[in-house]
This record gives sequence, C-alpha cells and structure tokens, in this order.
Amino acid sequence: MIEKFLRRLYFIAVALFLAAPLIVVLGVSVNERQDLAFPPKGFSLAWYAQIFTDEGWRNALFASVVLALTAAALAVAIALPLAWFLWRRHAPWAHIFQLLGVAPFILPPVITALGLLTFWATTGFYGQPWTAAISHAIFFVTLPLVTLSLGFASIDRSLVEAASTMGADDRTVAKTVVLPLILPYLVSGYAFAFVLSLNEYIVAYMTVGFTMETLPIKIFNALRYGYTPTMASVTVFFVLIAAIVFGLIARFGDIRRLLGAMSSDGK
Amino acid sequence: MRREAPKAITDYAPLLFPALMLIVFFVVPFSTMIAVSFFKRQQGGFYTPDFVLDNYARFLSTFFGTVLGFSLMLAVLVAVCCVAIAFPFTYLLTKRSRKVQTLWLVGLLSVLSLSEVIIGFAWSTLFSRTAGITNLLVALGLMAEPQALLPSFGAVLTGMVYQALPYTILVLYPALVRLDPTLLEAARTLGASPVKAFFNVVTPALRNTIVATLIMVFVFALGSYLLPQILGRPRHWTLSVLITDQAIYQSNMPFAAAMAVFLVLISLALVGLTLLVGRREAAA
Repeated sequence: MIEKFLRRLYFIAVALFLAAPLIVVLGVSVNERQDLAFPPKGFSLAWYAQIFTDEGWRNALFASVVLALTAAALAVAIALPLAWFLWRRHAPWAHIFQLLGVAPFILPPVITALGLLTFWATTGFYGQPWTAAISHAIFFVTLPLVTLSLGFASIDRSLVEAASTMGADDRTVAKTVVLPLILPYLVSGYAFAFVLSLNEYIVAYMTVGFTMETLPIKIFNALRYGYTPTMASVTVFFVLIAAIVFGLIARFGDIRRLLGAMSSDGK
Repeated sequence: MRREAPKAITDYAPLLFPALMLIVFFVVPFSTMIAVSFFKRQQGGFYTPDFVLDNYARFLSTFFGTVLGFSLMLAVLVAVCCVAIAFPFTYLLTKRSRKVQTLWLVGLLSVLSLSEVIIGFAWSTLFSRTAGITNLLVALGLMAEPQALLPSFGAVLTGMVYQALPYTILVLYPALVRLDPTLLEAARTLGASPVKAFFNVVTPALRNTIVATLIMVFVFALGSYLLPQILGRPRHWTLSVLITDQAIYQSNMPFAAAMAVFLVLISLALVGLTLLVGRREAAA
C-alpha cells in the first residue's frame, strides 16, 4: 500500500515539475493587462488574437510554418530513398550515409549551426530564406530516417517475396506493397521533423536570423526588450501544437513502438 | 525477398539524392568550419584564408579554462540529476498500462520538442518576482515577500534539468521496456520486496545502460546554448553560449569555429565511449 502511494507521489512530482512552468505561462497569457502577473488579474484572450492580428507576430508565424512544412518535406525526401536503399540492398558501406544523417542530431546543435553559417557565408547565399529550409532538413533528417528504418524493419519480407513471385517488378512492389506498409512511419517522421523545426532556434538564427524572423527568434528578440504577454500566448500555442501532433501519432500509430518498445509485448 | 548486393550502376540511383544532400550540406559545411578555425581574423568581422593556430592558442587562457571547466561541471551535474530522477521513473512507467505509457510519452515528447527559447521564457516567468513561485510561498505563509530567483546558478541548473529530463526518460525507455520480466519475477519469488528488487536486480542489470545514458545526457546538456544566457549571469555561460556569442556578437568566426571543433572532439569522444559501453553490453 505504502509503495503504491509513494509511486503515485513520484509520478505526481515529475508531472508537476514538467507542467509547472507551462501552467504559469498559461496563467500569465490570459492577464487582462500587459502585466507579468500570476495568478492572472482578469481574464482575456486578446493575447492569443494578437498572434494573428499583430503584423510582426503573424509574419513570424507564417515564416515558421512555411519553413517547417518545407524543411520536413525535404528531410523526408532525403530519408526515404536512403532508408529504402539500406533495406533493399546489401551494401555495408552505404551505412556511412546513415551515420551522416544521424550525426547533426547527436552533436551539440551549435556545431551544425556554425558549420552551416560558415558554409552559407562562404557560398554567398547567407540570409536567403531557402537556406534555412535546407539547413533544417539536414538538421532534422535523423527523425524520418529513424522512423522509416523502423518501418522498413517491420515489413514481413515474405509479403514482398510473394508479390515479386507473382510477377510484380520492383517499382510495382514499392508502390503497392511497401509504400502502404511504411506510410504511418513516413507520416510520423514528417510530423516529428515538422514540430521540431517549428521550435528550432539556433540553426534558424545563425542562417537567416538577420533577414527573417521565425517565431522562436521573434520570442527571443522580444524577450531581450522586456516582456509582452504575446510571448506567453505563443508558448501555449506551441505546446498545444506539439501535444496535438504527438497525440495524433499516438492515436493512429504506435508511439511506444516508435520510441523503441517492441510491438509484440502483450500488456 | 532477400537483400541483394547492388549489381548495375542504376541500382545505386536511389542513393544519389540523399548522398548528394548530406555531402553538400553537412560534410562540406563541417569541413568549411574546420578550415575557418585555422583562418586569420580581420578587423570588422571578416577573415582571410590562412593557416594560423592563434585561435586554438586562445584556449590556453584562464578565461577559456574557467568556461570549459564550468561547462563540463554543469553538464555532469545535469546528467546525474536527470538520470537519478529518470531511471526509477522510467522503470515505474514501463510497469504501467499501455494507455498510461502512451499518455506520458505524448506529454514527454511535447515538452522535449519545446524550443529552448520557450523553456527559458517559461522558467524565467516561474522564477520571476511578480508571477513566480515565491508568490505561492508567500500565500502559504512560508515567506515574507516574493522575490526573484534569477539570475542564479540554481535557475540555470533547474532549466537545464527540465530540458534534458524528457530526453533522458526517452533514452532509457527502450532498455527498460525490453527488460526481461522473468528477472524481476525470480527476485520476487525469492522474497525480495519490489524496492529491493529494483535496487539489487534491475539497477545492476542495467549498469551499462545507465552509464551510456549519463554520457548521452552529458552531451545533450553541453549543447544547451540559451538557458545559461536567459536564466544565469555571464559567469554561468557555457561553451555553447560562448561559441554563439563569438560568432554572432563578437563577429570572431575563426575563434568560434575553433571552439566548435573542440566541442565536436569532446562530444565525439564521449559518443564513441557510449558505443563502446553499448557493445560490451551486447557482448555480455
């Protein structure tokens, strides 16, 4: 009994630690006036409306969403053929590209950011909006690469074998058997890359920080000049987007499997 | 279908685009950065191709030594705190129902994906005088009047533990969820209490996983570039903050690049160590 109580207490403590700053930000975001006060004084959703009505915030939101959509698409476009090749062919040396795809994610982000900064500065494209999309795609290619590798690994090879025995060529097999099977992994890889790109600061800042404002850059710039409640509402907005996206992945896919649990354990 | 070795040159076609992208936009930038670290700095933020070791020679200053020492100390502290909290937690989580696990994983991923800017802002609010946690303590009568808890070392540490905790849990999760349940059953059958079984059976069995996770979280914490800036004082700045500062505000790219190369070497050595630990685990 006491063990069960202690366990529950532990879970509550961790949950509280993770939620506390977000609860305070949620409270602050509904203040009626432009004060940093908690518990909030009055109630107003005006700061949420401001994300869409204020030109600066709206542009930043638009820039962030466009960047995340294109970067995630590009990341998937890089990861899909690579993961397919590694699954289809026996070519050990090709794993070096897998390593290259994972490296930017494991190394401290400031390194990738600085590398890309020197690169774009040297090639003369520094500050162009599209450089941020490519930079994010490389930075987050790990995510679709990992989910797609898991997806390919889960395909029962006898299914593919059956299809090719019946006369389907590689292209037909890929389209009619493989693609439907890995689609959930493709979608979650895209979603992971999208959410992380939306939140990314340092790579975006070092590549296009002086010409374009994404939401995280905008929040940081605003933070340096003091406090506006819109930062709080944008934060809540971001948490909601992440929770919705990951919630959808959990609803339509197997998030436990994606995070490394085996699919066949019955519980 | 068996995996076949590529025969015709056209079999390599799918590799073309990914390989090209990764080489042009990762390998080349990385090499550019290494090259720049040997360049000579010009006044006004420019640099000229050269081969000088000045940028690396600056590492020998006490200032750099202090920053490096502080970064390593902070990262170790974050890693130890995170694993100490996360290991028992993740273990208990894997014992819960599938639905509870899924719910927690969604929450953890949502926090993990948050921008450092947002985490920094959220904690600076929580530690502020007007909207912070001290107001709660005042309301409970534990404190006379609210006060700001930042900038301070405690604030930096809390923020970084917050940032790294979901990561730690997600790194530990696969190892713990796959842990052989018969191990625990045996311990329980032989009369060990759940707590005792956890400390005497589960923890030693996963010793290598714990070491590998400590290193992973250490590297993760080394990468934190904003929290020390938002929640701390300049003396709480880490190597990552210093690199950003030199590159952007001091416009000293060669020195920033040299520090980045140094950071890569530390990280790579540690990641290599993790792989070694992992291999020993697989062999055992």
